[in-house]
Amino acid sequence: MRVMVMVKANEQSEGGVLPDEQMLTEMNKFNEELVKAGVMLAGEGLDASSKGARVKFDGDKRTVIDGPFAETKELVAGFWLWQVRSMDEAIEWLKRAPFKEGEVEIRKVFEAEDFGDAMTPELKEQTERLREQLAEQQ
Amino acid sequence: MSDLHRTVEAIWRIESPRLIAGLARLLGDVGLAEELAQDAFVAALEQWPVSGVPDNSGAWLMATAKHRAIDRLRRRTRLTRKHEELARELEAREKAEPDLAAALDDEIGDDLLSLVFTTCHPVLSTEARVALTLRLFGGLTTDEIAHAFLVPETTVAQRIVRAKRTLAETSVPIEVPRGAELASRLASVLEVVYLIFNEGYSATAGDEWVRPDLCEEALRLGRVLAGLMPSEPEVHGLVALMETQASRLRARIGPSGEPILLAEQDRGRWDYVLIGRGLAALERAEELGGALGPYALQAAIAACHARARSADETDWERIVALYDALAQLAPSPVVELNRAVAVSMAFGPAAGLDLVDALTSEPALESYYLLPSVRGDLLAKLGRRDEARLEFERAASLTQNAREQRLLAERAAACGAHHNSRPTI
Repeated sequence: MRVMVMVKANEQSEGGVLPDEQMLTEMNKFNEELVKAGVMLAGEGLDASSKGARVKFDGDKRTVIDGPFAETKELVAGFWLWQVRSMDEAIEWLKRAPFKEGEVEIRKVFEAEDFGDAMTPELKEQTERLREQLAEQQ
Repeated sequence: MSDLHRTVEAIWRIESPRLIAGLARLLGDVGLAEELAQDAFVAALEQWPVSGVPDNSGAWLMATAKHRAIDRLRRRTRLTRKHEELARELEAREKAEPDLAAALDDEIGDDLLSLVFTTCHPVLSTEARVALTLRLFGGLTTDEIAHAFLVPETTVAQRIVRAKRTLAETSVPIEVPRGAELASRLASVLEVVYLIFNEGYSATAGDEWVRPDLCEEALRLGRVLAGLMPSEPEVHGLVALMETQASRLRARIGPSGEPILLAEQDRGRWDYVLIGRGLAALERAEELGGALGPYALQAAIAACHARARSADETDWERIVALYDALAQLAPSPVVELNRAVAVSMAFGPAAGLDLVDALTSEPALESYYLLPSVRGDLLAKLGRRDEARLEFERAASLTQNAREQRLLAERAAACGAHHNSRPTI
C-alpha cells in the first residue's frame, strides 16, 4: 500500500525560512534510510503559501485567492509518498523522522480496488470517450 | 491483535533484516541469527508493555539479541572451542564499543548484502531461495510468504528449515562474493527477485491474474539492492524493468478481474510515478555502461511502451532492435517469440507468423501457452479464423491461470463470430 505523509507548515516555513544545516543533515539521513529501505517513492518540500494561490468554487463561479493563507498549522509544507506494507509500518517510519515539533499526517492512498462499484459502466464509458478524443487530437 | 503487537510487527518488518544480517556476520550462521533475532522480538513483546517502546528500538533489539547470543553460546553443554572464542570475542567487542549498534551501522550495508547473497546461494533450490530471501531479507512472516505463493504454511516453514540446514551443512560462507564469482552470484540474486515479481505480475496459479502485493515486495527488494549496490548496472536494470512493468498493474486488470492486454489498456491508468522511477533507473543503468545487460534491455523495451502515448505510437522498430540485442545476449525461444510479436507489429502479421511458425517445433515451447496464443492472434489478423480458433483453444488448455483461460476461450469464441484484431503481449 501507499501512504502520503504530509508535513504541516509552521511560522518558519511560512516565513520562507529554510531549515538550518543540522535539520537538513538529519533530514537527508532520514530520507536516505527511506530510500535504502525501498520505502520512498517520492517526496518534495513546498514553498511558503505566499507564493501559492487558491481557486474557490461556488457553482459556476471561480474566485482566485492569492496566498499567503492564515491557518498556518493546517497548511501542507511538504510531502512524501511511501510504499509500506501497513499503516503500522508507516507510523513506525514516521516516528523515526527528525522533527522536533509540530504534527505530521499519514494518509492512505486509494488503491484501484478501493473504488469498488463507484466506477460505474457509465463512468467507464465516459473515460473511454475522453480517451478517444485525446487520441484524435494526437 | 493489540496495538503493541502490531507496532512490534511493524518494527520487525523494518529492523529484522538488518538485525539478522548483523547477527549472521557475528555468528556465521543464518539460522541461529534468525532464531536470536526472534528471541529478541519475543523479549520486546514481554518487556515493552511495561517499559514502553524504547526510542531507538533497533539498537535495543540488537543489544538484546547480542546478549542472548553470548548466553546461548556459553550455555551450550558441549561448548566447542569455536563457540567459546566467539562468545569471548563478542563480549570483548561490546566492552570496546559501548555503542555497538552505532558501530554496526557502517557495516550494515555489507551485512545485508552478505545476507542476500547467502539466501540466494546456488546451493539452495530456487523455491528455497525465494522463501528464505523473503523471510530474512524481506522481513516477511512464513504465513505471509505462504499466502503470497498460495501454498500451505507448513510447506514454506519446511522449505525455510531445510534451506537453513543446507546452508549450515555446506558451510556456505556469509559474504559478498568477489571477482569472477560476483557476476554469476549477482545474477542468482536478481533472478530470485525477478521471480518473485513475475509471480505477482503474471500469476502462474490461482484465480487472480495479478497479485500486486508480491510485485510490491519484489520492487522493494530490488530498490534495497540498488541502494546496496549502486554501481552495479544490472541491479538498476532490474529495478527499471520492475518499476516500468508495475506501472501498468492497475490498467492490466478489468473490473471483474479479467486481464487487459497492453494495446487495449487505458494508458491514463498507468502509474506515472513508477514510470518516472523506471525511466530514471534505466538511465542510471545506461550511464553505468549497462545498456546491453539482459535486464536493462528488457527495461528498455518496457520503456518503449511506457513512452508511447497510444499503442499506435509505439516504436516497434526500436523494440525489434532491442529484442535482436537480447536474442544475441541471451538466446531463448521465449525471447524469439516476443521478437516475433514485435516484428508483426513493426512489419505486419505475415512477417511475424513466419517467425512464430519456425518456433512451433521448439521443444522448450511445447507446452508454453503463449506460443499458440500469439500464433492464434497473428492468424486471426490474417483472416485465417478457423486456424486461429484452434490455437486459442490450445493455448487455453495449456495455462493454469483461470483468468487467462477465460480470456483465451473468449478469443477462440470470437474467431467463430466476427473479425478480431487484438494484438497479444
